[in-house]
Amino acid sequence: MAAAESYPDDLKYHHEHDWARLDGDEAVVGITWFAADALGELVHFEPPEPGATVAKDASYGEVESVKAVSDLVAPLSGEVVEVNQKVVDAPETVNDDPYGEGWLLRIRLADASEVDSLLDVEAYKQVLAES
Amino acid sequence: MAQTLQRTPLHDRHAALGARLVPFAGWEMPVQYEGVIQEHRAVRTDAGVFDVSHMGELEVEGPRAGELLQGLLSNDLDRIEPGQAQYTLLTNERGGIVDDLIAYRLDRCRYLLVVNASNRDADFRWLKEREIVGSDVRDVSDEYGLLAVQGPRAIEKLGLPPAEPFTFAEDQIDGVQVMVNRTGYTGEDGCELLCMAEDAGALWDGVLARGIVPCGLGARDTLRLEVCYPLHGNDITQETDPISAGLGWTCALGKEFTGVEVLRRVKEQGPERKLVAFVMGERGIPRHGMPIEGGGEVTSGTHSPMLDAGIGLGYVPAAQASPGSELTIDVRGKPRGAEVVRKPIYRREA
Repeated sequence: MAAAESYPDDLKYHHEHDWARLDGDEAVVGITWFAADALGELVHFEPPEPGATVAKDASYGEVESVKAVSDLVAPLSGEVVEVNQKVVDAPETVNDDPYGEGWLLRIRLADASEVDSLLDVEAYKQVLAES
Repeated sequence: MAQTLQRTPLHDRHAALGARLVPFAGWEMPVQYEGVIQEHRAVRTDAGVFDVSHMGELEVEGPRAGELLQGLLSNDLDRIEPGQAQYTLLTNERGGIVDDLIAYRLDRCRYLLVVNASNRDADFRWLKEREIVGSDVRDVSDEYGLLAVQGPRAIEKLGLPPAEPFTFAEDQIDGVQVMVNRTGYTGEDGCELLCMAEDAGALWDGVLARGIVPCGLGARDTLRLEVCYPLHGNDITQETDPISAGLGWTCALGKEFTGVEVLRRVKEQGPERKLVAFVMGERGIPRHGMPIEGGGEVTSGTHSPMLDAGIGLGYVPAAQASPGSELTIDVRGKPRGAEVVRKPIYRREA
C-alpha cells in the first residue's frame, strides 16, 4: 500500500527529490515521497556496486516504474557501504515506506561539509511548492 | 507552442477520480487512477473499464463502400457479414502499415472503422482521397464515446449475454443505448461499448456502479504487450510490413489491395527480420528504441505484472527469431540477456 505524503523533519533533502539520514560518518539515502509518487509503483532498482563511489549531484543508479525511468541523484559524495537488497528484490517497498524500509544506499561520507548545502524540510517543502 | 489538448466527454469524471492525466496523441487522457499494476491485475482477474473515446471512428457507406475498402484494407472484408467485425490493416504502396483497425460491418453497404487516435486524421484523409463514386467516407469520431470493458467477469458484470468474439449487437446498459462490440486490446474476454458522446457520462457511471474498476492507458499498454498486440507507431509503422510483423494472417494476399505485390514478394522470399516477443532473463526493463545485439531493436517494452519480469517486442534478423533464441539487449549501456518466446507472452492457465 503506497504511503501517505510525508517529509520527516530529521532528514536532509536534495532538490532533485532525494533525502539523506546522517549517521556519524555515514548516511543512508533514498528518494522522497514526491519522487516515488510521481513515478508510480516502482518495478526496478538498478543500484551501484558496494564499494563504488558516488558523487554529490551526480547519477548513481536508476529506478523504474512501469511507465518511466528516473536517474537517482546522490545527495552527498561517498563510498557505497551497503545496497538495500530488499528494494532490489521488491522495488515497491520504496512506495510503501520511502523513508524507512525503502531506503536505497548506505554510504561512507567523503566530505561531511557537503551536508551544509542540503535543504532542511521547510526548504524542501518550498521547492515542492514552487515546482 | 501551446497546443490545446482535446478532452473526452469523461474528462471531468477522470479528474474527480484523482486520475493522473497526461497528453496522449493530442488528447488529455488518464494514464492511471490508483496504480498501473493494480489496474492491470483487475483486468486479468475481474473487470476493468477504459475510456477510449479518443479513438477515431470513420463511417464508410454506399453501394461501392465494400469495393473501396477491399482495395485499401489487407484483410478480406467479404468474409464478414453484417453483425461481424474484423481486425485489418490500412497499407501503403510500399506494403507499410498506415494503421491497424477494426472494421465493423453495420449492414451490407455500411462499415464502421475504429482507428487509432493518433492516426485518425491521416486515415480519414487516406480514405477520402481514394473515395470512388458510390462510396462516402465520414469522420464521425466526435459523435461517439467508447468504453472498453475488459476482464473475465466483464460480460457478467454488465449483465450481457455471451457472444462470439468479433461480433457486435445493439443493446441497452443502464438505460443507455449502446453498440456492444466483442473486441478489445487486453487479451481478456469483454467488450467495447460505443455510445453517443452525450450518453458517455451516464454509461461510465453505470459501469463503475457495477463494480468495474477504472483503468488508465498505462494498464492498457502493459495488458496489450503481455498478449503481444502491436501498437501502431511503435511495433508497426508506415515503414514496417505486416509479414515481418507477424500479421500475415490479416493479409488476404489472393486479393488486390494497396501494396499487395510488395507483400507477396516478402512472403515468398521470407522476411529479413521479424517482430518477436521476448522475456528478460536478467533484471532490467526493455524500452522502445533500445538496440538488440546483432542488428535488432526493441519496439515496445515494459515490466510485466503477471510474469514480474521485463518483457518486450522487437525486430531481430530472421536467424535470431526462433523461440528459444538468446538475445542481448543494450539497457542504457548495460548488456542484458533475454529469450525469444512464443506469442503471446502471457496466457491464462487453463
